[in-house]
Amino acid sequence: MRSINQNANTSALPNFRNLGILLRILVIVDGMCLAAALLETTEPLTLMNKLIDLSAVVQPTLLASLLVLAAASNLLRRLSYWPAVATVIALELTIVTVVYFLERGIFGNPGMLERYWIFTLIVAGVLIGYFDLRGRALSPALTEARLQALQARIRPHFLFNSINAVLSLIRKSPAQAEHALEDMADLFRVLMADNRELTTITREIELCRQYLALEQLRLGERLQMTWDIASMPADALIPPLVLQPLLENAVYHGIEPSSTPGVITLRVSRDRDQIHIVLRNPYRADGEHHVGNRMALANIRERLTLHFDAEASLKTGATADSYEVRIVIPYLKSS
Amino acid sequence: MTDGSPLRVLIVDDEPPARSRIRDLLSDCALKLPLEIAGEAATGREALAALPTADPDVVLLDIRMPEMDGLELAQHLLKLDEPPAVIFTTAYDAYALKAFEVHAVDYLLKPIRLGRLFDALSRAREITPLRLDVLRALKPEPRRHLSVNERGRIHLIPVAEIIYLKAELKYVTARTAQREFLLEESLTNLEQEFLGHFVRVHRNCLVAKSAIRGFERALDADGEGQWVVVLDNIREKLAVSRRQQQIVREFGKSLK
Repeated sequence: MRSINQNANTSALPNFRNLGILLRILVIVDGMCLAAALLETTEPLTLMNKLIDLSAVVQPTLLASLLVLAAASNLLRRLSYWPAVATVIALELTIVTVVYFLERGIFGNPGMLERYWIFTLIVAGVLIGYFDLRGRALSPALTEARLQALQARIRPHFLFNSINAVLSLIRKSPAQAEHALEDMADLFRVLMADNRELTTITREIELCRQYLALEQLRLGERLQMTWDIASMPADALIPPLVLQPLLENAVYHGIEPSSTPGVITLRVSRDRDQIHIVLRNPYRADGEHHVGNRMALANIRERLTLHFDAEASLKTGATADSYEVRIVIPYLKSS
Repeated sequence: MTDGSPLRVLIVDDEPPARSRIRDLLSDCALKLPLEIAGEAATGREALAALPTADPDVVLLDIRMPEMDGLELAQHLLKLDEPPAVIFTTAYDAYALKAFEVHAVDYLLKPIRLGRLFDALSRAREITPLRLDVLRALKPEPRRHLSVNERGRIHLIPVAEIIYLKAELKYVTARTAQREFLLEESLTNLEQEFLGHFVRVHRNCLVAKSAIRGFERALDADGEGQWVVVLDNIREKLAVSRRQQQIVREFGKSLK
């Protein structure tokens, strides 16, 4: 497990099987092609021809590279950083050489092979440098403070109200008080743990139930919960404490401001290789407490991005009387 | 209030366990301090309804409650001829508490400690009464209700139901679809507090924007033409003064 002090060497190649990484490679390489073409001419028609010429070599190389890198991803991960970089560059030079000879067979002489090698080296160097910088920017050392803050972000309001609720139970119903304290212990154990590893969605739901049991003590029948999780894959992985803070928001903004009962709905379902999560709570738009809600959402969104990059999304929507958070994450099974 | 009769305490909190905990603590306090529980309420409305029978000396008042929070309820309590002492209770609210300290308003942090509650109740009979301006400073947002004291009962008027407010001599009349209420407040202060909700049509009159159906030309007492406001739910029409005539144009624009 990585620790906070181990920030000397955080260089690592990106995960070549991640859609977001693949998209970034595509965009950057094509951007560089456009830049190269623009250097030679700005006249639109010549520019188009230039781009087509370049694409004849670049696109096959690019697509072949993405396939090969995705295939070699597991092997690359086992190597340490510099040998992996060397392997990637060797692979790229091989691919561009193969493409070069294939193209020469089809279109005649496409120019000197060395030019292609140099272009490949520049592109590979830029990409590897970019992913290294990006990796460092998102590295544990830099995000540690944020993650720590996220872990401690349960509302003090909730803590003190729960303790108050437990205190009120001690004299009349000691058994219930014991149970509530056990729930609190479990909840805080997770809140204070190192939460950078993924957990199963089943465990996260269990945590949500413990949290709700505590809120139920205070709010009684005002708090009603509908679980629509029959089709949820029990082994799906999710960053810990993604659902619980959202549920806490739902209680704080949707249930507490009303003296009549309100229903929170949580739906978790699988759609092919994605997990869809929808959380809905009643809500009256009177403009209170928005800031805390936005901060919690921004934090969760950031953690989803750290774990899944562009494959995860978090969207919110409000109608006249309800508020909804929709999360999509890739379906990863716990081994 | 300074006689030896037991201290009557009203508990106001929306959460049943919180009320039950205060009950437990009060029964502990009762061993040393003559007191009795005058009543319990889960909402501001319930608290106001309970007042005549409970007749409390002290109200233990939760700040964060649905519909009407403790700070608004405290403002309505001030309408009583002899308002009870108010001790606020709250779980956590760093900003509000700083303001409470500044204005020396009594509060207890939840979970409430027996000792603190005992001290607060022992001092309750000497507590300086809350002042309206202090409560307004603690809660600058507009109230959701106005209130009037009618024969010892506090009557609530939801601001959303008020069609117009009209200043007459010492009082302000608040008109709802059903009836009129006499408020002891100043029209200027009301205008400031509910900025955006009401519009001034006349020196002595504020009209709820949402209640305006349209404007008509009519003859005034001297037989001169003037604009009048036509309102939802009531037949009465209100004169628009010459100085406020631009609101007729603005209303027309808002329809387009």
